[in-house]
Amino acid sequence: MLDDFFIRALIAGIGVAAICGPLGCFMVWRRLSYFGDTLSHSALLGVALALLLNINIMLAVFCFVIVLAIVLLLLQRQESLPSDAILGILAHSSLAMSLVVLGLITWAQVDLVSYLFGDILSVYKSEIAVIYIAGAIILGILFYIWRPLFAVTLNRELAEVEGIKATVVNAIYILMLASVIAVAMKIVGALLITALLIIPASCARGLAKSPESMAIYAAIIGVISVVLGLYGSLYLDTLSGPSIVVAAMFLFLLTLTPLTKIFK
Amino acid sequence: MDEKAPPLIEPLIELKNSGLKVRDRWLVRGVNLHVNRGEIVTLIGPNGSGKSTTARMALGIKKPSEGNAAKIANLRVGYVPQKLAIDWTLPITVSRFMQLTTKLKKDEIISALKMVSAEHLLNADLQPLSGGEFQRVQLARAIARNPDLLVLDEPVQGVDFNGEIALYQLIEKLRDQLNCGILMISHDLHLVMASTDRVICLNGHVCCEGSPKTVAESNEYQSLFGTHAAATLAIYHHQHDHKHLPDGRVQHSDGSITDHCNHDNHDHNNHEDASTNINYEHRADHEMGEA
Repeated sequence: MLDDFFIRALIAGIGVAAICGPLGCFMVWRRLSYFGDTLSHSALLGVALALLLNINIMLAVFCFVIVLAIVLLLLQRQESLPSDAILGILAHSSLAMSLVVLGLITWAQVDLVSYLFGDILSVYKSEIAVIYIAGAIILGILFYIWRPLFAVTLNRELAEVEGIKATVVNAIYILMLASVIAVAMKIVGALLITALLIIPASCARGLAKSPESMAIYAAIIGVISVVLGLYGSLYLDTLSGPSIVVAAMFLFLLTLTPLTKIFK
Repeated sequence: MDEKAPPLIEPLIELKNSGLKVRDRWLVRGVNLHVNRGEIVTLIGPNGSGKSTTARMALGIKKPSEGNAAKIANLRVGYVPQKLAIDWTLPITVSRFMQLTTKLKKDEIISALKMVSAEHLLNADLQPLSGGEFQRVQLARAIARNPDLLVLDEPVQGVDFNGEIALYQLIEKLRDQLNCGILMISHDLHLVMASTDRVICLNGHVCCEGSPKTVAESNEYQSLFGTHAAATLAIYHHQHDHKHLPDGRVQHSDGSITDHCNHDNHDHNNHEDASTNINYEHRADHEMGEA
């Protein structure tokens, strides 16, 4: 069964969507969409560096995104520039730098489109294994730190006064985000990872009454988007990564209609 | 929750000559502060006087740049922050909010909500609550953790005048029932007065401290807040007795305020106007009688 490339793509996509849903909720709650965008765009620079230094791409992206996240958090603390400007500068300059670096790599065949928009149809069995192992670890940690992370998200000061180590909890969240970006690069590409994080979560907002149910709905909606998008791309012969995002967008439009009342 | 433990000698939190400096500027300096179990301490001071900074140092969130901050081991704090904006992207019910930092049993949630008379809100969404309801729910959340220390930062914000009085009475009641210490932060003495044991008036440093009455009558307080603030204070006492303490003494104060209100203003709710018509001696007498 796993020999069929389409089945492999489905399994990989479903795994990634299931991790992205709950993590994406925190992204929406904390208004981190642009932060996530910057991290995922710069992930491409991680790819370029990995190709340049001939090291594992997923590992390079993971490390690079973490370094960048730390730099971002430190820069934002400075308050010398508005944080959206800092995010914009880093997102676009790292995107541009990665394209320049990739252009310099003449000794290898670089398929730029697959890094920008994902290459889910060529996912290997080993990559599926990585997705599911990493996913299980990420969701396990998320379950473990759920209450403190949510408390810090709602109000950091309140959480701290009542004994939660906000800095530690936030650092763990950033680590999880970096790993998801590293894993999801292959599925939807650097440009569209944030979409897979925030669109299902935004769909879920209209349906959910509690943070926990929102996270579960987000995972389910992400999975549905992957299935719809992949089948759509199969029949319409379109790029699969963007098709998944388009499917998610249609689901989002659906949640804006009165249909959502059925769930409440 | 009902049994009364003997008050501990060791203060729950204590600051000794503490100050915090940020970028070469002292936010607050030379603060001595302690809160014991069963005691309500209020920090007052104008905006930017270092009240919140002082509270943060005392709670161990900010490390003082000078002096010492100490708290008892495993201090359990219940906190009602000054502004708690619930983002609309967060779907959350009262019951889930109550368990924000601690997992609770259903009957623990309900009994805490009952203490603030908000049990009917158990399954309500948090966002559409009114200011007063939300403050009550926040109080319930803070006490449901069974805290050693309650920290209330401007607890009556967004609550109307009568709601404010009710809320302060509730806080006093909670102190008695929970046998915890309470640290309140307020921008002026106003209504906090009646339910406070000790007031510390801040303006970058401790400018005066003592019983609410001493502070209200001190020159430092009046120069900070103006005599008008002291006058509104008196009104609260009249109002408070008039409405909520039907004993002999109230009869007396009830008589006096009715006198003034009937004379100058038929609108009983117009307290600000009424306050200017009460002379200071009369107010002082009245407060002596109460003390």
